[in-house]
Amino acid sequence: MSIEKPDQKYEPVHTNKTGGSPFTGVVGWIDNRLPIIRMFKHEYLDFQVPRSLSYFWSFGGILTICLILLILTGLSLGMHYKPDSKYAFDSVEKIMRDVNYGWLIRYAHMNLGSFFFIAVYLHIFRGLYYGSYKEPRQLMWIIGIVIFLLMMATAFLGYTLPWGQMSYWGATVITNLFSAIPLVGESVVTWLWGDYAVGDAALNRFYVLHWLIAFLIVGVVAFHVIALHIVGSNNPSGIEPKDTRDTVTFAPFTTSKDLVGMLFFLLIFVAVMMYAPNYLGHPDNYIPANPMVTPAHIVPEWYFLPFYAILRSIPDKLMGVVAMVSSIAVLGLLPWLDFSKVRSSVFRPIWKQCVFLFVLNFFVLMYIGGAPAEGIYLVIGRIGTAFWFAFFFILAPLVSIIEKPLPMPESIHEFEEWKKQGKIKSIKLFNK
Amino acid sequence: MTENNNKDKSTRRDFLTTVTATVGVVGVGAGILPVISHMNPDASVKALASIEVDISKIKEGQEMTVLWRGKPVFIKRRTNEEIQKAEQTSLKDLKDPQEDKARVKKSEWLVVVGVCTHLGCVPIGGKGDYDGWFCPCHGSHYDTSGRIRKGPAPTNLEIPKYEFVSNDKIKIG
Repeated sequence: MSIEKPDQKYEPVHTNKTGGSPFTGVVGWIDNRLPIIRMFKHEYLDFQVPRSLSYFWSFGGILTICLILLILTGLSLGMHYKPDSKYAFDSVEKIMRDVNYGWLIRYAHMNLGSFFFIAVYLHIFRGLYYGSYKEPRQLMWIIGIVIFLLMMATAFLGYTLPWGQMSYWGATVITNLFSAIPLVGESVVTWLWGDYAVGDAALNRFYVLHWLIAFLIVGVVAFHVIALHIVGSNNPSGIEPKDTRDTVTFAPFTTSKDLVGMLFFLLIFVAVMMYAPNYLGHPDNYIPANPMVTPAHIVPEWYFLPFYAILRSIPDKLMGVVAMVSSIAVLGLLPWLDFSKVRSSVFRPIWKQCVFLFVLNFFVLMYIGGAPAEGIYLVIGRIGTAFWFAFFFILAPLVSIIEKPLPMPESIHEFEEWKKQGKIKSIKLFNK
Repeated sequence: MTENNNKDKSTRRDFLTTVTATVGVVGVGAGILPVISHMNPDASVKALASIEVDISKIKEGQEMTVLWRGKPVFIKRRTNEEIQKAEQTSLKDLKDPQEDKARVKKSEWLVVVGVCTHLGCVPIGGKGDYDGWFCPCHGSHYDTSGRIRKGPAPTNLEIPKYEFVSNDKIKIG
């Protein structure tokens, strides 16, 4: 075999001085061998973002801080926790009573879990309202849904670890969802448990998976951010930036705005953690797990309630599970079900109402998920479930066709002008 | 590069590619199987032998719960009324049709696994629309034979393997 290749000079990248690092000295030496410094400058210091971003765009940063704090507090808790059905409950109580600042670290971890969901729901609402899922951001939206699913998995696994009554029965109910799979369901559940019921084997592996998925989230978040830096941020106008009149640099403009958002969010978090640390939890989880008795009123954590309501509103086991899984998966189809060319609800009078109804329905389902599964609650739950799917499969395509969008500015800087002239009413978290 | 254009003749590289890929697939398969099996119940769990239960102290209409293989088992001494109700139910009214006779060894004693067939909660005795059990989690109603009558559960309460050792003792498992 002969190798026929043109005679080219071999040039390793690091010796290519002219196309290399813009830095000199030690920084340049490192950057020429590991180009993360120029990457950071390019993606975080010089990065251009639309100038019209509101505080609704702070939740990406807020979620990042939450994730970092969750991992740090989790690391600390992991050093004292014992994933054994005999010792788990007591080790958590030991953390609360004996370990130095254990109460603080555990309450922080517990409440950060809830606040992570508060931030992610606001983040998803932002996406829905301003059409952030539309071309070219479909894949970023789908990666976001993957993160949301992973969050749900790791939140569920984490909730089982204290091994209280709600941990135990929550674990039993959720793992039993897999028994709805035709033919192999029962074997799958036994395999997940490593036993014939939720017990020591399950707790041990749940602990390992709680860690694993936390780090998987970090990885998928990296994809989410890489995708963001390719397609760029959406903004309240839904119009793409055209020139530098439409943009500001990420630092110091976005960073300082994000910092304000983060601090405000963290203040609320600290207030809840300090004054009502168990408000978002359930008192039954301070009763040690008992496989003989199911608590009379078993409910999941608040952030699962809307989906739990959807599960319960279907009177068939398999179809209930299918409905619950689809209710989240359907979000991934939204970029194609809503094909209106206009992104932002600011210019979409009908879609705007639909999104607000969707939010209202979300809260109704949340209430129903926490109420007993009988009588009027069941009826409302079924209507809410029907609306959830109708929003995606009927309203989204229908509104795309029949809606006549409002007149739109040509560019983001014109949008800002219109806002000053009072031509546009936007939703604001704070008034200037 | 002329050899690769000759499609009729397999080369040394083709052979090596096929062999390597085959060995690779078999190897990965052989590696994955133990890892999957690793998560299934281990020998000590499977070896959990049967348990013997003294049922002499259970009065008519009373129910006892014992733990077997990590799951509760209900042992219920049914009243005549409850037995009649269970036996006279028409199979047409049942979601998972099964005669009461097929579910008991002695009609006075009902032994069922106390795990709701919906999502695994423990139903509460003496509650629900059919006087059997009611599952508080998602509202499944079972009758005095442990059969599903109303709600999301797909099948009747499971009957464990058991036998009467004597009149006062049963062996579950």
